[in-house]
Amino acid sequence: MSTSRYEKLSLALRDVLGSKLIHLGQHLKEITIVVQSQDLLDVSEVLHDHPDLSFDMLIDLCGVDYASYTRDSFAGEGRQNRRFAVVYHLLSTTLNHRLRLRVFIDDDEFPMVDSVMGIWPSANWFEREAFDLYGIIFSNHPDLRRILTDYGFIGNPFRKDFPLSGFVEMRYDADQKRVIYQPITIEPREITPYVVREDHYGDDSKVD
Amino acid sequence: MAEIRNYTMNFGPQHPAAHGVLRLVMELDGEVIRRADPHIGLLHRATEKLAESKTYIQSVPYMDRLDYVSMMVNEHAYVMAIERLLEIEVPLRAQYIRVMFDEITRILNHLLWLGAHALDVGAMTVFLYAFRDREDLMDCYEAVSGARMHAAYYRPGGVYRDLPDTMPQYQVSRIHDEKETKKRNENRQGSLLDFIEDFTLRFPKYIDEYETLLTDNRIWKQRLVDIGVVSPERALALGFTGPMLRGSGVEWDLRKKQPYEVYDLLEFDIPVGVNGDCYDRYLVRIEEMRQSNRIIKQCIEWLRNNPGPVIVDNHKVAPPSRVAMKQNMEELIHHFKLFTEGIHVPPGEVYAAVEHPKGEFGIYIISDGANKPYRLKIRAPGFAHLAALDEMSRGHMIADLVAIIGTQDIVFGEIDR
Repeated sequence: MSTSRYEKLSLALRDVLGSKLIHLGQHLKEITIVVQSQDLLDVSEVLHDHPDLSFDMLIDLCGVDYASYTRDSFAGEGRQNRRFAVVYHLLSTTLNHRLRLRVFIDDDEFPMVDSVMGIWPSANWFEREAFDLYGIIFSNHPDLRRILTDYGFIGNPFRKDFPLSGFVEMRYDADQKRVIYQPITIEPREITPYVVREDHYGDDSKVD
Repeated sequence: MAEIRNYTMNFGPQHPAAHGVLRLVMELDGEVIRRADPHIGLLHRATEKLAESKTYIQSVPYMDRLDYVSMMVNEHAYVMAIERLLEIEVPLRAQYIRVMFDEITRILNHLLWLGAHALDVGAMTVFLYAFRDREDLMDCYEAVSGARMHAAYYRPGGVYRDLPDTMPQYQVSRIHDEKETKKRNENRQGSLLDFIEDFTLRFPKYIDEYETLLTDNRIWKQRLVDIGVVSPERALALGFTGPMLRGSGVEWDLRKKQPYEVYDLLEFDIPVGVNGDCYDRYLVRIEEMRQSNRIIKQCIEWLRNNPGPVIVDNHKVAPPSRVAMKQNMEELIHHFKLFTEGIHVPPGEVYAAVEHPKGEFGIYIISDGANKPYRLKIRAPGFAHLAALDEMSRGHMIADLVAIIGTQDIVFGEIDR
């Protein structure tokens, strides 16, 4: 995205969305906006229809679980300790610009947000995926079923409190002559530790 | 009078025309499809979740296994996302190598698509031809990375190593005698670039062969023309990208519109369709192969004349050379830290997209400053395409469904992730 187009888009967004805009972040030549979940449909409609924005394509939609996210900057801006967010990646093919839209969901126990299928039909499967993996409910979605996990799967595997190895494993039982589920028999293990460096680690000034 | 009802039929998941593990539940009225409900996820490996517990470099090989017919392009989006977060500049030579291999991959992908699509529709020969030519390109993969498919060749900061000066040779065996072996090794005497150049000179003739077999073929046209028509408005609304979108007449290609690496320095054209049917998408992909061939030629020309580094010199990102590592304490520490703890990527979020042979392949990374991504999301083009299968196939016959699956270029590695 060239600089002028990038500046123009951020001006247009501030202008058009006004008070509905909770945060507008510009980082690495990408624009991220955060709006309240109750404003989502209004904002989406404006983003789709306004001639200066005209985001005709929903490229991607994904859920994010912020349960162990430690920062309030960048991706955590405007989070206010809420756990789940939905991130929309929008693209305008006519004006050739991109936008990231983030909505934090108010209820951690029963996360629910409006479906944008009426505005961008491509949201259909993406919303099903976020529902499947994170348990985020999209209200007014016509066909909200699990999509990637197995038939009869229990839980939301991409939540941070779901272990990588899962809870059950599947094997063929010779006695019952069918495939059965049983609690996992492997130890969950992680070889490389998750290391977050403190700020200014390894700066020259600290070296003696 | 007997009551006539729609009936439901299962298709797949182990059907040869299902391109992997697609399970479709179809509601049929006679032979006409009223509803097609794809059940996906049979190849779901939770790549995104796995990546959260692996360091950034450890996840590179996972990218190969997403769309396992266009391996390097998947890596490309991933390493590009990391590079943007790190805000590092990739050496120009590495950018050219990446573009060249992206286009080689595009040809690889389109050849497999062409062969499989034609085979689905009933033409056996094209498949054999396409695989004959894929073999040469696989050899290029092997020459640079040691692996014919899952290369893990692109690394954050560049590519793993420079292009080799020699090509591996065929050996005499019980099947191929000395004379035959010599003939097979004829185009392998020079460097990899010579080998690729030899291919680019032969390849346009090969495309003519495929076209002779298909383009004006009466059966091929009867099976594809006016099947699975998508209007440009619908294509945008449904999130189509790549040849699926261009087949509907929307001129949209990230290589031109939002150029990355060195695509803005290269000359090539973007083919677009007119009617948005399967036949137009076929023509678009055929022309894309010709254009890719053109790009590869330009890259070879540049790479021959411009030697240089292929990975950044920053040892916080890219490993030091083996020789330096063995002789120098600081290099040894860098090497050790890089391969045990991994790269630390500054906090932030980024979405990097490339023009994948199938459409827009994007990687969205949220980093909190650790050595692993906090969240990685893979935007697979095939996911949006398959979601539209229901709409595209309604009112068509079962046989047309097979043509539509073929034209969508479905690969389950990327859809199920």
